[in-house]
Amino acid sequence: MSWFNQTFSSTLGKKLIMSATGLFLILFLIGHVAGNLQIFFAEADNGRLFNEYALFMTTNPAVKVLSYLTYISILGHVFYSIALTQRNKKARPVGYSVENASANSAWTSRNMGVLGTFVLIFLVIHLKSFWYEMHWGGIPVQNYDGQEVKDLYVIVKAAFSQLWYVGLYVFCMILLAFHLSHGFQSAFQTLGLNHKKYTPLIKKVGMAFAIIVPLLFALMPIYVYIQSLG
Amino acid sequence: MSDELFFQFIAKKLITIKKMNLTLKVWRQKNVNDKGGFQTYQVSDISEDMSFLEMFDVLNEDLARKGEDPIHFDHDCREGICGMCSMYINGRPHGPKQKITTCQLHMRSFKDGDTITVEPWRAGAFPVIKDLVVDRSAFDRIIQAGGYVNVNTGGTPDANEIPIPKTVADEAMDAATCIGCGACVAACKNASAMLFVAAKVSQLALLPQGQVERKTRAENMVAQMDAEGFGACTNTGACSAECPKGISLTTIARLNREYFSAKASSENV
Repeated sequence: MSWFNQTFSSTLGKKLIMSATGLFLILFLIGHVAGNLQIFFAEADNGRLFNEYALFMTTNPAVKVLSYLTYISILGHVFYSIALTQRNKKARPVGYSVENASANSAWTSRNMGVLGTFVLIFLVIHLKSFWYEMHWGGIPVQNYDGQEVKDLYVIVKAAFSQLWYVGLYVFCMILLAFHLSHGFQSAFQTLGLNHKKYTPLIKKVGMAFAIIVPLLFALMPIYVYIQSLG
Repeated sequence: MSDELFFQFIAKKLITIKKMNLTLKVWRQKNVNDKGGFQTYQVSDISEDMSFLEMFDVLNEDLARKGEDPIHFDHDCREGICGMCSMYINGRPHGPKQKITTCQLHMRSFKDGDTITVEPWRAGAFPVIKDLVVDRSAFDRIIQAGGYVNVNTGGTPDANEIPIPKTVADEAMDAATCIGCGACVAACKNASAMLFVAAKVSQLALLPQGQVERKTRAENMVAQMDAEGFGACTNTGACSAECPKGISLTTIARLNREYFSAKASSENV
């Protein structure tokens, strides 16, 4: 086996991939949440800016490259988490009858797989609702100064006027927050970046990120739902 | 102190010593191939000043008197430095206290009437040999893969002949306190040996004597760790929290650095 294959088939190498893909997805979340903040102001122009932004995000070549990196990161993160989980389960064929794990570690850190699975299920639903519809669905079209633009805002409003759907989003964002609260700082540790000057800051930033970003995401469906009532 | 006063002191001490009656649920397993299972024992008149292992000695003497097979468990120095004792007590390696081994755990950490569950370390790489005794030679093979210095260091050098900053020496010493007991593996939900390997790699990577084999050491010890079937690190921190020597997670970060940079730059293709 070449040194390169050796590295990435080792447990440390697989964790390196988990870390790198995770950090890239964290960067993706920043862009995604920042862009979608427009939802809070979209009603003023009946979603025109939001729809033009959606068009830009699906057609701009640079964004295309980033989006393919995002798909690869998601698939890599999922694939390697399955490989690692299988190995980790095999490493303890007979379990303990009494376990007091809460005495030595945080619940989130021990349940990244469970939390990640729910986030993945959410992602499938989320992509079906918007990403799939935007690319291949039959979306109504708006005419802005002679240019035909898909009216994603109408789809967003329709989706978030259903209470159960809003509830699902809020629930899944809570799970994402737990996933991030461990994942953010853990990614740095896996890269070997642990230093008494920076690690306390990384942990604080990670916790703030894990709260703020999912909170903003969760507020979007809630806001649109309240808007739909009146 | 006069004899009379001394006897009074002892008598008073004996009266105030609390005696405990406990129920023990202990894992019994005849050999590697046996399926094994829990057996319940009652122990009475246990002094709170006894160590956990001494409590087991009392139970074993009782079992021997009855002609039963005593409970097998690993122990050696009984002062927290050899790393032999290895009991998983009420869901935690080395019991409820931090930074101690099982031999340093005293019965005053328990209450009269408690039920205590005692299990062996659980890991595929640590097969149970008998009862609470597990085979930890996987750790020895990891050490054989690179946890040594191969240069002839000669006689004792003069003090300060090789200048090493105090902070670096301290860090190396902290890592070197690892006694290889395996509590990290036992505590980790993935049965990962990262803290053990990280401590051994750190201890040598920090000091000048360890530089010669620095890269191959990190590569070979990690390869052996994986070959033994230990799990991967999820950074839960359970290992460090349960380590009797309190070895820090910073050593695991260092192992990651050492391994990745060794893989990227060593001569081993």
